[in-house]
Amino acid sequence: MAVWTDPGVWTDPGCGQSGAPALAAGLPSRSGAPESAGAVPTWAGNAQGLADATLTAMREPAETYLDAASTTPLHPAARSAMVEALDGFGDPARLYGRARRARMLLDRSRERLAAAVGAAPDELVLTSGGTEAANLAVTGLARGARRRRHLVVAAVEHTSVLAPARALTAQGFEVTEVGVDGTGRVDPAELAAAVRDDTLLVGLQHANHEVGTIQPVREAAELAHARGALLLVDACQTLGRLPVDMADLGADLLVASGHKSYGPPGTGFLAVSRRARLRPVMVGDERERRRRAGMENLPGVAGLAAAVAARVAEAPAERDRMADLSTRLVAGLAGIPEVVVYGDPATRLPHLVAFSILYIEGEALLLLLDAKGIAVHSGSSCTADTQEPSHVLAAMGAITHGSVRVSFLRDATEADVDRLLAVLPDAVADLREMAELDTQAIERAAEGR
Amino acid sequence: MTTAATTVDCLGLACPIPVVRLAKAVAAVEVGGVVELLADDPGARVDIPVWCRLKDQQLLARHDRPEGGWVFQVRRAH
Repeated sequence: MAVWTDPGVWTDPGCGQSGAPALAAGLPSRSGAPESAGAVPTWAGNAQGLADATLTAMREPAETYLDAASTTPLHPAARSAMVEALDGFGDPARLYGRARRARMLLDRSRERLAAAVGAAPDELVLTSGGTEAANLAVTGLARGARRRRHLVVAAVEHTSVLAPARALTAQGFEVTEVGVDGTGRVDPAELAAAVRDDTLLVGLQHANHEVGTIQPVREAAELAHARGALLLVDACQTLGRLPVDMADLGADLLVASGHKSYGPPGTGFLAVSRRARLRPVMVGDERERRRRAGMENLPGVAGLAAAVAARVAEAPAERDRMADLSTRLVAGLAGIPEVVVYGDPATRLPHLVAFSILYIEGEALLLLLDAKGIAVHSGSSCTADTQEPSHVLAAMGAITHGSVRVSFLRDATEADVDRLLAVLPDAVADLREMAELDTQAIERAAEGR
Repeated sequence: MTTAATTVDCLGLACPIPVVRLAKAVAAVEVGGVVELLADDPGARVDIPVWCRLKDQQLLARHDRPEGGWVFQVRRAH
C-alpha cells in the first residue's frame, strides 16, 4: 500500500510489508459512492452555478487538468470584474472624472485585497505577479537595510525567493539556507539557530509548492521577531485555499499571485507592514506610494480582487472535498508497486498530492498522460528547465526520478481522480518495461565491447 | 577500499536508467557483495543515495570522478 511517508520509511506494496499508518492522521476518509463521469460538481457557498458551467465548458473537451498548483483558470467573478474594467480606461494618477473613476476602482480593489489578507490598504504594493512581489520583498528590503546584512531562507522556497536572495551575496549580504525534514518541513530549532542579531529577513513559504507541506510560519515569526528580523511569507499556494492573515501568520511581508488563485496572470501583490523599510526595484514615478513604478494594470487588479474575494469565501466549504480527492488518489496509488507519496500527511495543502514512481522517467510519464488528455506536473530533472532535479525533492532527500505532482482545481471531481487512476497503472507498467528493455540493450552492448 | 564485485557504467545515461541498473545489479550479487556504479546524470547524485536508504542497501561511498560524475559503491545488505 502506498502511504504518505518520510522517504526514509519505505513500504513496498509488492512485498506485503505494508504496515503503514495508512494516511493515518490527516485526510478524512472518502464517503459516498463515486460520482459518475460528467456529473455536475456542486459545492456549498457558491451562487455562480451558471458561470461555473461556462468555466468548465471553456476547457479542452477531453482535458483532465490536474495541475492547479501551476496555474488556474479565471474565476467567473474575476472575468465579470475584468470585462467591466476593460472599457473604463483612465489613469488613476490624474485628476479629471475618468481618472477619478479609475482611482476609485483601484482603491476599491486594493481595499478588497487588503481585507482578504488582514493588511491595511496602504500596505499593499500591486505587482505583475508573485515573482515580482518576491523579488521586490527580498531586493527592496536589502536596499533599505542599514546594518543588517544577513538573510535566512528555507532551502525549499520558490526560486523567486531563493534567486534574489542568492544574488544579494554579490553585494556583501550573507544568506543561510535552512534545510528540511523528509516531509519538506523546516525544523524551527534549525531556523532558530540560523537567525542572528544582524538578520534582516527570514523567508518561509506558507505551504510548499511541490509537496504541499505547510510550514511552521507562526514559530518562524516569533524567532525572527525575537532578533528584530522581519518575516517574509510566500502565500502563492495558499491564498484562496487556506486562511491567510498577516497578523495570524506573523508576516511582515506577504507574497501573493493572481494566476494561482483563479485571478488573471500578470497580477499579484506584496503586502508589506509599515515596520519594513522597503526601497523600490522598479523606479520611474510615484505610484504605489513610491514602492513600484508603472501604470497599474486596472482590469487585472479588478479581476485579482474579485477572484481573491470569491476564493476566500468559497474555500472553507471545499476543503474537505479536496482532502477526500487526495485520499482517493493515494488509495488508488496503492495498486501500483513502488510508489512513494511525499509531504506531511496532515499539515498540508488539501488539494495537492506529490509522489514518485520508482524506475520510470517523469517526462515520459507526463507525455503518456498528456496523450490521454491528462495534465500533471513532474519535478524530475528531465522535465525541468535546468536539467537539475527539483531542489525541493533534493532538499527532502526524496527520489527525484518518476516524480509526479497532482493538484486539483476547485471543481475537480472523483471522476477526475478515477480517469488518472484508470490509465496510470498501465502507463507505469509500459514505462518500466521500456526501461528494462533499454537496460538490457545497454548491457548487451557493454558485453559486446 | 572495498573491491567491487560488479561495475555498472551508466556514464551518459539519464534518469531512471542508473537506478534501474543499480537495482538489477544489486539483486544479482550475493548478500554482502558490492556493486560499483558510475553515473554522471545530476538526478543520480540525489537518487542513488535515496534509493539505498529506501531499499535498506548500504551506500559505502560516493566519490567524485575527476572526469566528471560520481562513483557509488553499494553493498547488498539483505
